[in-house]
Amino acid sequence: MSTTTTRPVRDTHVLSLTGINKRFGAVQALTDVSLQVAAGEVVALVGDNGAGKSTLVKVIAGVYQPDGGDITFAGRKVTVGGPKDAQALGIATVFQDLALCDNLDVVANLFLGQERTTGPVLDEIEMEKESWRLLRTLSAKIPSVRIPIAALSGGQRQTVAIARSLVGKPQVVMLDEPTAALGVAQTAEVLNLVERLRETGLGVILISHNMADVQAVADRIVVLRLGRNAAEFRTEDVSTEELVAAITGASDNVVTARAQRTADSQTHPEAGDE
Amino acid sequence: MSETLDQRSDDATRSVVAADAADERLIRHQGLQGYLHSTWARLKGGELGMLPVVFGLIVICLVFQLNEPTFLSSRNLVSITQFAAPTGVIALGIVLVLLLGEIDLSVGSVSGFAAATMAVLVVNEGLSLVVAMLAGVGVGLAIGCTYAFLYVKVGVPSFVFSLAGLLAFQGALLYVLGDQGTIVLPQDSGLREFARDRFLTDAQAYALVALVVLVYVGSKLLDIRRRKAAGLTPGSPVGVAVKAALLGLGLGYLTYYLGIDRGWSYLPVLFAFLVVVMDFALRRTRWGRHVFATGGNEEAARRSGIKVTRVYVSVFALTSSFAALGGILLAGQLTSVSQSSGTTDTNLTAIAAAVIGGTSLFGGRGSAYSALLGIIVLQSIQSGLNLMNVDSSVRFIVTGAVLLLAVAIDSVSRRARSSSGRG
Repeated sequence: MSTTTTRPVRDTHVLSLTGINKRFGAVQALTDVSLQVAAGEVVALVGDNGAGKSTLVKVIAGVYQPDGGDITFAGRKVTVGGPKDAQALGIATVFQDLALCDNLDVVANLFLGQERTTGPVLDEIEMEKESWRLLRTLSAKIPSVRIPIAALSGGQRQTVAIARSLVGKPQVVMLDEPTAALGVAQTAEVLNLVERLRETGLGVILISHNMADVQAVADRIVVLRLGRNAAEFRTEDVSTEELVAAITGASDNVVTARAQRTADSQTHPEAGDE
Repeated sequence: MSETLDQRSDDATRSVVAADAADERLIRHQGLQGYLHSTWARLKGGELGMLPVVFGLIVICLVFQLNEPTFLSSRNLVSITQFAAPTGVIALGIVLVLLLGEIDLSVGSVSGFAAATMAVLVVNEGLSLVVAMLAGVGVGLAIGCTYAFLYVKVGVPSFVFSLAGLLAFQGALLYVLGDQGTIVLPQDSGLREFARDRFLTDAQAYALVALVVLVYVGSKLLDIRRRKAAGLTPGSPVGVAVKAALLGLGLGYLTYYLGIDRGWSYLPVLFAFLVVVMDFALRRTRWGRHVFATGGNEEAARRSGIKVTRVYVSVFALTSSFAALGGILLAGQLTSVSQSSGTTDTNLTAIAAAVIGGTSLFGGRGSAYSALLGIIVLQSIQSGLNLMNVDSSVRFIVTGAVLLLAVAIDSVSRRARSSSGRG
């Protein structure tokens, strides 16, 4: 993959959040949370229900305004005032429910809200050409871009949603539970896509409940618990057990206890579900 | 990864294969046989498009022609085209609002009120016709904007505020007409002349047909050239030629046949022009794309940065404006505005026309042409039953049955679509 000169060198953070606070009424949803993503890096954001993952994603996507803390994007301090701001900066979000229009074809969905035009008229040919280019960079398997989204499988829809996030030439892509509703083969397809995004030099934030998926593609794993940074691991240094312990905040939780029991009864030291 | 390698070798061959034909799973057919084959597959998959309406129209023509040989006479066809147009303009507005998955039940009342406003300004106040007509359409525009405000800011469902409008503007019509009850447009009124007595000359009509065919061929050929340049599969020039020939022959023959009597009235030409303009706006402009997106999935549209509010405002404003324009044209055709102008008949005919023409009641699916086809079906039924001297009670029943049939076909084809993966 060719890297353009404007793209920051690897290991400098393209997006960096420090000391983020967010409060809803009496609930402190995020307390002093920090998160860094470098170009060409996949950072997984994990945590239990109510850990603050979605709130953090929405802060980055500009849906919520943080009450405190700094957001630095490509070395500049920025404020993300709304979804449009995030898009303009180069932060693309693929929401869990994908937000595609079933009645429109793939091309129309890819360019929805940012249609190419010549004068007042839509430039369908340019958009179709660009669609094929985008889908090819993702090695996506879509048979035709002129069929309505309703005719596509779940994995193909996810592919379209991810391809759409690339239309605005972003530097950071956030994926919210991209594999939640998918089968085995389709999950593998989406994980391949995540790797493609990394290869093209994008920073990827992956939110997931699935430890196997996270460990398969992430470079780093950031754990949130009760709205705080609980732990941060390099993927190769961490076992599923440790990860679960960090997420639940205790080592004597249901999951590890069960793993322990299984290991004891089988009297050989295999632990976790890896 | 072996997949990446496959990709590379794929890329090497891609320079010869068009980008959209590269997937090996795509089933493609060449030539005329292939075209027929893929059309058949589309129909089986439930993408009926305009086919049921066209088929229905043929059945209607056969039935009435067998019972009443004057039905397909040139004279009757001229009057069908002429009388279909004003309500067709109203139906065009309904198509827009249905595309958003909303409804406007008040178009009839709005058309009557706008026509009454125009008539009062011309006859009682002595204003010029143009100013009065603009004022009438302006009334529609204002009503549409009020609807949009109620929908967007207050959150009233469109069914409710348009039902309120149905009653309120019928009252407004009575109020504006006052004691007179009926206002007759002056004999020399330009509107009256336009709607009743003006016809295209033969030369004008054939020139118009030629122009339509030329624009069609030109745009298609340009498309083919640009697709070729962009490395996509171009359409077939032979296909374009065949379609253009059919279009030219069809319109040409219709023009010739109508020309035996009085020819094309100005009204249907204006209506057809509005339909073509709206079709272009819906399919080829950013606004139209946003209308379809909002009708299909409003939340998705909002998240992709579409200003959904603006879409609603523009559509409600256009719907009421088209209703007002339709009412004014209808007044010109009937030469007067009365207390019964735009009451239930107009209202339901316009809504039924849009649905019969194939626009879905659930939003996101439809076409401007459904207003044209739908109103021709309904006007043909009305005209046929009139010729057979059937009571208007039967007409209502038949219209109701046709509407039910149209919605039933839509529902069945929707099921076929979802089972064959065409949404």
